[in-house]
Amino acid sequence: MARKVLVFGEVRDGGLRNVSYEAVAAGKLIAEGGEVVAVLIGDEVKGFGDSMIQYGADRVVTVESDQLINYTPDGYSQAFLAVVNQENPEGIVLGHTALGKDLSPKLAAKLNSGLISDCVNIEVAGGNIVFTRPIYSGKAFEKKIVSDGIIFATIRPNNIQPLEKDEARTGEVASLTVDIKDLRSVIKEVVRKAAEGVDLSEAKVIVAGGRGVKSAEGFNALKELADLLGGAVGASRGACDADYCDYSLQIGQTGKVVTPDLYIACGISGAIQHLAGMSNSKIIVAINKDPEANIFNVADYGIVGDLFEVIPLLVEEFKKINVNA
Amino acid sequence: MNIFVIMKRTFDTEEKIVINNGKISEDGAEFIINPYDEYALEEAIQLKDKHGGEVTVITIGNEDSEKELRTALAMGADKAVLINIEDDIEDGDQYTTAAVLAEYLKDQEFDIILGGNVAIDGGSGQVGPRLADALNINYVTTITKIDIDGNKAVVVRDVEGNSEAVETSLPILVTAQQGLNEPRYPSLPGIMKAKKKPLEELELDDLDLDEDEVAAKTKTLEIYLPASKEAGKILEGEIDDQVKELVKLLQTEAKVI
Repeated sequence: MARKVLVFGEVRDGGLRNVSYEAVAAGKLIAEGGEVVAVLIGDEVKGFGDSMIQYGADRVVTVESDQLINYTPDGYSQAFLAVVNQENPEGIVLGHTALGKDLSPKLAAKLNSGLISDCVNIEVAGGNIVFTRPIYSGKAFEKKIVSDGIIFATIRPNNIQPLEKDEARTGEVASLTVDIKDLRSVIKEVVRKAAEGVDLSEAKVIVAGGRGVKSAEGFNALKELADLLGGAVGASRGACDADYCDYSLQIGQTGKVVTPDLYIACGISGAIQHLAGMSNSKIIVAINKDPEANIFNVADYGIVGDLFEVIPLLVEEFKKINVNA
Repeated sequence: MNIFVIMKRTFDTEEKIVINNGKISEDGAEFIINPYDEYALEEAIQLKDKHGGEVTVITIGNEDSEKELRTALAMGADKAVLINIEDDIEDGDQYTTAAVLAEYLKDQEFDIILGGNVAIDGGSGQVGPRLADALNINYVTTITKIDIDGNKAVVVRDVEGNSEAVETSLPILVTAQQGLNEPRYPSLPGIMKAKKKPLEELELDDLDLDEDEVAAKTKTLEIYLPASKEAGKILEGEIDDQVKELVKLLQTEAKVI
């Protein structure tokens, strides 16, 4: 059953986020041969249209306005709903990012539709589009369908494989004029604390530290390793509570749930709350002085040793590969 | 100021998940106030201390939820409302919860509604924004700071590590992010007082709601546990040899580098 599906292309800091391409791939699955239409919203986003098409979208609709420079739920929902009215889609996909999390429930409410958030897999089974999502922060999973309304989902970054880029692919990039008004929130200031480095939720490699890192300065060693591998730094609750780093880096049942290709846990004991946030990572490496630490029970590879001795050696060893490559 | 807190009772974060007959077993499990709702509640009490008014905490659940409501009253909430749906709704979803809460709140006078940005069980984060939309008020999610001056509110929200200062006005719904505050523990006098504070129990009938009106718009087909991970390889030998071996394994065996 072919369906028309809208997928959201999220622009941040002057670029399309990776999850936008993953949303196109998700849209293709839901469309079952139907049309995938990408939606781009912002003050100047037309330039990203071709990229969405090269990753598999059939068409692009852009909504541009100086009222859309910053994300607000009012502004973006007016823009998105105008596209929905024009296109009448049977499916909608957004990334489960800060923006997607904030916007999608409002859209679902306006469209009187069900919504399945934070999906890690999509399949066609028994005539249904079945979504898999973690519950209890990944301690369990559920399979769900939308039973009323548009097939509407948000997808967790890094889980659904984007399609291969095809630079020969072309498609229409059309703009829709929408009168964006009555914004009830005004963004006064954005402080970029996370300006440097890779976003945790989208990182392919995460180097995380716990109480064993012992100080804020101790995290510099982890940062060096993360930078070398093009990854991000994370932390356990213990490290955040001890003020070694900001709560925005916390991984666990409270904090972020992450699924990178490689998770390197340094000086983290492995409390059940922390494991919930990272145990679905593809490969886990644990470095800990205590051979009895629980983290070794979920690790693929473990080194029993002092992280301040091991990490510099790791940095040296990885540098050799980078030089060779 | 009329302050409402929407709260969910959840499994303690220490709990392991056990599945029985396709459902998550609650046998012997410890329950807590959803940690993000606890931040919301603490902020509500601090707002009341600063601006005066009353804090009402609402939950949807069954009679067991009374325990968490009493904890909220002991922390400093003034009134509690339990919307008991046990006999009426079996498989509600986020639409259901938002619709029931909206039906209750639309008849209340409120300046601000606070909740957690996500519950640590279902983890969808939908109820806050859905409820705000149903009540036709603005919302700001994942907040780490709020200052209210008259009708104006300046809110700081966490956006994937960046922080955004948002200017808006009341009435508003906000959802709490970690870092907003340090929730207090209930004091002994607080616990004593909580026993006498009003706790109202309502059912769908009392809200003139029919279960069909709030029927879920999504359906769960299956719940399962992830495949348990086998303990991996603990490397041996001198530390620098272990490091060399690890890098080689990551390249050739795990193929993640």
